[in-house]
Amino acid sequence: MNELPNPAPTVTPDTEEFWAATARGTLLLRRCDRCGSVIWYPRPFCPECGSLETSWIEASGRGTLYTFTVVHRSGIPGYREARPYVVAYVELTEGPRVMTNIVGCEPDEIEVGMPMRVVFHDTGQGNALYRFEPDPSPAGGG
Amino acid sequence: MSIRGKAFVAGIYEHPRREIPDLTNSQIHAEVAAGALADAGLSFSDVDGFFCDGTAGFGPMSMADYLGLRLTHIDSTETGGSSYVVHVGHAAEAIAASKCSVALITLAGKPRTGAMGGRPGGGGATPDMIFEGLWGMAGAVTGYALAAQRHMHEFGTTSEQLAEVKVAASLHAQYNPHAFLRHVFSVEEVLESPMIASPLHRDDCCVVTDGGGALIVVSPEVARDLGRTSAKILGHGETVKHAQNGKLDLTYTGAVVSGPRAFAEAGVSQGDIDYVSIYDSFTITVIETLEDLGFCEKGQGGRFVLDGTLVAPHGKLPFNTDGGGLCNNHPSNRGGITKVIEAVRQLRGEANPEVQVPDCTIALAHGTGGSIGARMGSSTVIMGTEDA
Repeated sequence: MNELPNPAPTVTPDTEEFWAATARGTLLLRRCDRCGSVIWYPRPFCPECGSLETSWIEASGRGTLYTFTVVHRSGIPGYREARPYVVAYVELTEGPRVMTNIVGCEPDEIEVGMPMRVVFHDTGQGNALYRFEPDPSPAGGG
Repeated sequence: MSIRGKAFVAGIYEHPRREIPDLTNSQIHAEVAAGALADAGLSFSDVDGFFCDGTAGFGPMSMADYLGLRLTHIDSTETGGSSYVVHVGHAAEAIAASKCSVALITLAGKPRTGAMGGRPGGGGATPDMIFEGLWGMAGAVTGYALAAQRHMHEFGTTSEQLAEVKVAASLHAQYNPHAFLRHVFSVEEVLESPMIASPLHRDDCCVVTDGGGALIVVSPEVARDLGRTSAKILGHGETVKHAQNGKLDLTYTGAVVSGPRAFAEAGVSQGDIDYVSIYDSFTITVIETLEDLGFCEKGQGGRFVLDGTLVAPHGKLPFNTDGGGLCNNHPSNRGGITKVIEAVRQLRGEANPEVQVPDCTIALAHGTGGSIGARMGSSTVIMGTEDA
């Protein structure tokens, strides 16, 4: 696989801390102070119980692959040059299924259900993109 | 139908601030929603109808997802400053018709302190796309490919089964002189076409066409006086299916909500349906939708479409007899209106003769919007002949 581009995210008041943490190699999740639900995508609102009281927690950065696609056609600058690349949903240990890219392996090595761990790719804009690679030593696994 | 006495305004809330540089538009929607619900003594879990204008993002879908609403009625009618008055009327009508029981109407905007995001870089991006626009989603096909891969993993659905959907559509399109593709495809041809986003090949995708369509819906009195065969609307359902706070499940669509409500209102069951127009942006869209509408068990859609099930006029469930989006037409990248048009043709007996379903008295048309790979609108309509 060719190297993926690292486009800078749109940072809003809702997500400022989330993206700042990526620069430190930390994946944050929002959690509801009232019902304890983990919230994804991050927002200061709980879609489970309607609470406006929420806080950041640190994610383990581990999970499993829920689904993926190997993209062969793409007109997106940067991604076009990186074809074929992998878009996926990873199910975090904390629960949420998160859209991302899979890196660190060939597309034909990828299978649904594989253990995954987060890696961070610097955007050069004070934050980093969270991507996932196969986890050689998953927690609780062999 | 009169709405007199059939709906009431139970809660109101005006945001107390006049300059709000530190909140996103979405969060202002959330705060005023919470305020009005509190005023009424209700909670977000009570809400099943959502009314909004263009300030809410991508139609009603962005805020439905943001707020975690579970909806059976949606309305994003956009008429500028009068929108919310219109919404009150629509909400009353919908409530009188039992489409929803608690309607939430919201407005938010920041003309004083700047762009929707509230500060440089905030931009106008919907809150969900901030987290989904970074990964090289190359058009709609990427999301549908994610769904197809998961469907295959859970249920053993195969690329050959997906290809059967294209084959059936092409068998119909050959008789449509206006179809973009009139070539009759084989399963092998579909499988040998270039991979776009695995597991979807080029020929798993709909055509890209210019064009459009229109519908006229009239009252029974007007219809009676027209002297033209009309299709009677028997039942309808709609919803937004979204990412469910990270618990998204790509193996089903919003048809699990819109379908049963349409069937219940129409008073018919799957066995009564003579013809279906199924939204076919991609072959997987058809497989999942057929399952969700109850024409087969969940996970069995791939097996269901084998052996010519979808092929008119004599298959068990003839579908998309115009050739559908897969072969005929997908105007402006939106296939919903052609689904209704072909269903009406079938009920009038005016489909192309080779694919006209004999004695077609009840037909179903289903539309999909957005992406089954993240969040989608879903709507089902069941229609019948005039004496149905």
